[in-house]
Amino acid sequence: MTSTGTSAINTEMHVRVADITPVAAAIKRFTLVRTDGEPLPVFAPGAHVVVSMVDGGRLRRNPYSLMSSPTDTSKYEISVLRVDQSRGGSAFLHEQLQVGDALTISQPLNLFPIDNWGRRHLLVAGGVGITPFLPMMETMNAEGRPFELYYSIRSRPHGAYWSWLADRYGSRVKLAVDDEGDRVDYRALLINQPLGTHLYVCGPRPMLDHVLSVARGLGWPDENIHFELFLAPPPGVPFTVSLAKSQLEIAVEEHQSLLEAIEAAGVDAPYLCRGGACGQCETVVVHADGELLHNDHFLTDDEKTSGTKIMPCVSRFVGAGLTLDL
Amino acid sequence: MLAPSIKSRPVYPGFALVQGAQRHIVALEGEGALALLELVQPGDPELARVEIMYAPGTSAAAGHAEALTNLGAAHYWQAVSPATLTTRLHQVLATATMSSRLYASGSEPFIGEVVRAGAAFGVKHLSIITEHRGSMKRRVQCVHCKGFIDDVTISPVPCTHCGLHLFVRDHFSRRFNAFQGVSIHAEEHDVIPSAEELYR
Amino acid sequence: MSMTFNDETFRDDFTFRNSPAGIRRYPFPFHEDRYMYAVNIEPHLPGAAGTAYEHLIDVDEHYVAEMRDRALVLKEDPQRCQALPHMMAAQWDVLELLMTEKAAGYPDLFTLERNGDRWHWINRPLGIDDTFTFGDRSTLPYEPMEYIFRQAQGDFCIVDQRDDNLWMDAGIVTTQADWSLDFDIGMNFMEWHAPVPLAHQMGVFDRALKFLLNVQQGRPTRRLNWTMTVNARLDTSPENYHKWGPDKLTVTPENIGEKMHLRCELQSFWRLPRSNAILFPIRCYLIKFAEIATIPKWACRMHRVLQTIPDELADYKGFSRNRQLAIDYFAPFDHGQPTTPGTSPE
Repeated sequence: MTSTGTSAINTEMHVRVADITPVAAAIKRFTLVRTDGEPLPVFAPGAHVVVSMVDGGRLRRNPYSLMSSPTDTSKYEISVLRVDQSRGGSAFLHEQLQVGDALTISQPLNLFPIDNWGRRHLLVAGGVGITPFLPMMETMNAEGRPFELYYSIRSRPHGAYWSWLADRYGSRVKLAVDDEGDRVDYRALLINQPLGTHLYVCGPRPMLDHVLSVARGLGWPDENIHFELFLAPPPGVPFTVSLAKSQLEIAVEEHQSLLEAIEAAGVDAPYLCRGGACGQCETVVVHADGELLHNDHFLTDDEKTSGTKIMPCVSRFVGAGLTLDL
Repeated sequence: MLAPSIKSRPVYPGFALVQGAQRHIVALEGEGALALLELVQPGDPELARVEIMYAPGTSAAAGHAEALTNLGAAHYWQAVSPATLTTRLHQVLATATMSSRLYASGSEPFIGEVVRAGAAFGVKHLSIITEHRGSMKRRVQCVHCKGFIDDVTISPVPCTHCGLHLFVRDHFSRRFNAFQGVSIHAEEHDVIPSAEELYR
Repeated sequence: MSMTFNDETFRDDFTFRNSPAGIRRYPFPFHEDRYMYAVNIEPHLPGAAGTAYEHLIDVDEHYVAEMRDRALVLKEDPQRCQALPHMMAAQWDVLELLMTEKAAGYPDLFTLERNGDRWHWINRPLGIDDTFTFGDRSTLPYEPMEYIFRQAQGDFCIVDQRDDNLWMDAGIVTTQADWSLDFDIGMNFMEWHAPVPLAHQMGVFDRALKFLLNVQQGRPTRRLNWTMTVNARLDTSPENYHKWGPDKLTVTPENIGEKMHLRCELQSFWRLPRSNAILFPIRCYLIKFAEIATIPKWACRMHRVLQTIPDELADYKGFSRNRQLAIDYFAPFDHGQPTTPGTSPE
């Protein structure tokens, strides 16, 4: 079966930055257009693209939700939060990238789609997590699907698009501003939602964990709960890894993911979302003398403790030796 | 307990009350009463959130109705038939909230009706807690004339609508709440194997 | 038009036949001299000219006749084409995909002009010339899915992706090997594949499902499936099994060349843009044993492969009854020497 990171068939698209606009205190919106003039693919709301950028000789690939209109094939828009402890992706985009610069993007990939069984859709966003909901609301609005948005922001200057959303969707948008003392009571919000409501959450990890925990704690079934969480590969102590099939021994640096190190060594490993969610990069552990640090949310608990699999896009290792079946 | 003979044949994992749910809507038929009776003791505090709908059917003499009443659940209602239970269930689900969970126990066709009721309100079958009890009878759809045959316990079974003799497959449709019946004598119309009692 | 279309039938008098070019372009399924069940998925890329793989959506000499047979099936049983209500976005995705692929692959047969959402579609072989508004069902004589499926060879399933699974929520089945769309609508991947023997134990479907869940936009994939059919009957549905079932008993050593057909299904998998659903075309290709016999390599291989098929698979594919007759028919073509690997006629 074909892996996706490899390709005789390269479906990545060359784009150019057409616009960079600050939309909030630490958030910039980037508009991307195809350099060959062809239309960009239509996408399903909730989709993201993996953006490849070269930062001082280093190749980075990060996933970003598409926030533009799904039917506007002339451009894609993403919004990026400048993160202090950035591995470099958001720093590069905010500080280095200029209008006119070239980037490569993947085809859209959707791990956060609208659930077709939903009779009502409850969207819960925190900060820059608002991005996938913009095309979702546009589509739901156009198709007459009932929805409500609960959007939490740190402060009005730090929040993006809240004014535009309120204008466009009126009372279906509820804004909670942290520094004005607003707090969303998720228990009250979730306990009386009508049967057939689906919950979608996108935001910082602690908020996500909290909302999910409240929903599950009220008996909401998992199949009605959807969330988008791109885990940035966390940094860690450098380690070495042996690749059994490629007969290589490579070093994984502190701020480099295992997948990135494998790719830098010229080995084509399968990948898709690069955020610990989709399972495509699942790799067999041939031997591990040490501890696998699982940072993904794809493997089951049993699979993690079995020590036989690892997701190189976000996970790491500490110990005497690790050998992978690559 | 129904043993899966093909991997995708429906299975019914068994009752357990979902922690945190504010309301447990429990639909029971016949021997299905035991699924709840064996799960909770009278006086269990969780029963304050349990609402029981029960159609005794062929188990009327077994005394389950009385035992269910004595549980002291939030509510107990007895249906004169599975069909009237289903009608009431639709009403209940129409105003139920996401902090309620739905449970079904009894024969397979009864569970299937509860699953269909849930689907009408956006409840996925994955969300419904089920346990099979009692008869192993099946509901069958004749793939040729599209007619439905209830209470099937033999295979092959003659279609009560078109007369073809049908092999009852383990292939099940939730949408129709029926197993598929396919002509067992399609190639040689005169050769009809004798029926075996496969499930009761 | 550059292609000539056969005037042939797939029922009653069964006048179906392949031209010599049709025989050579047939997607012969056996790569080697023995058979093994595998998922065998590969990228769906345009293949060599003069083969069934040349265009990703293939149109061949049987196009007009197949569409005529489809219309007859749908008239008798409209339940062969169904979509659950939530699949409308996917229906439009499919209409767009099939129109663009056909127009790109066969510009002398099909034309698509798009002016915003005002589309103009011309299908010369079927004499269709329609203007409609993309996204507005009321501007088409049928729902978008049925509209385009009545103009596209093969069966199609449109599969919704949710709950880490695939759900057959729409489709058309009029050329099918033995399953009922009406019954299977709404089932998930494991459920609709339930009756296939062996493969479940081997974990083949678990791996296939995982792979299909990750089918990406812009990267369709494909696999080839096969079975046997007596008479060039496209509509071998379970609904009509009682009508075509007896065909199997009518095969004799004298008529097997004309009556017995190898039936291949070229399945492909396309991620759809608006709906995130997957389109699953199942394109049926028929070839008579007597036509296979005109290609020496294939005839020899058939003799060898037919003997290595496990009994349960032969049962499931419905040709146990005539298996020995088939083996006997191809025996004279087995020269005992090695054959070239691969499926090409040489």
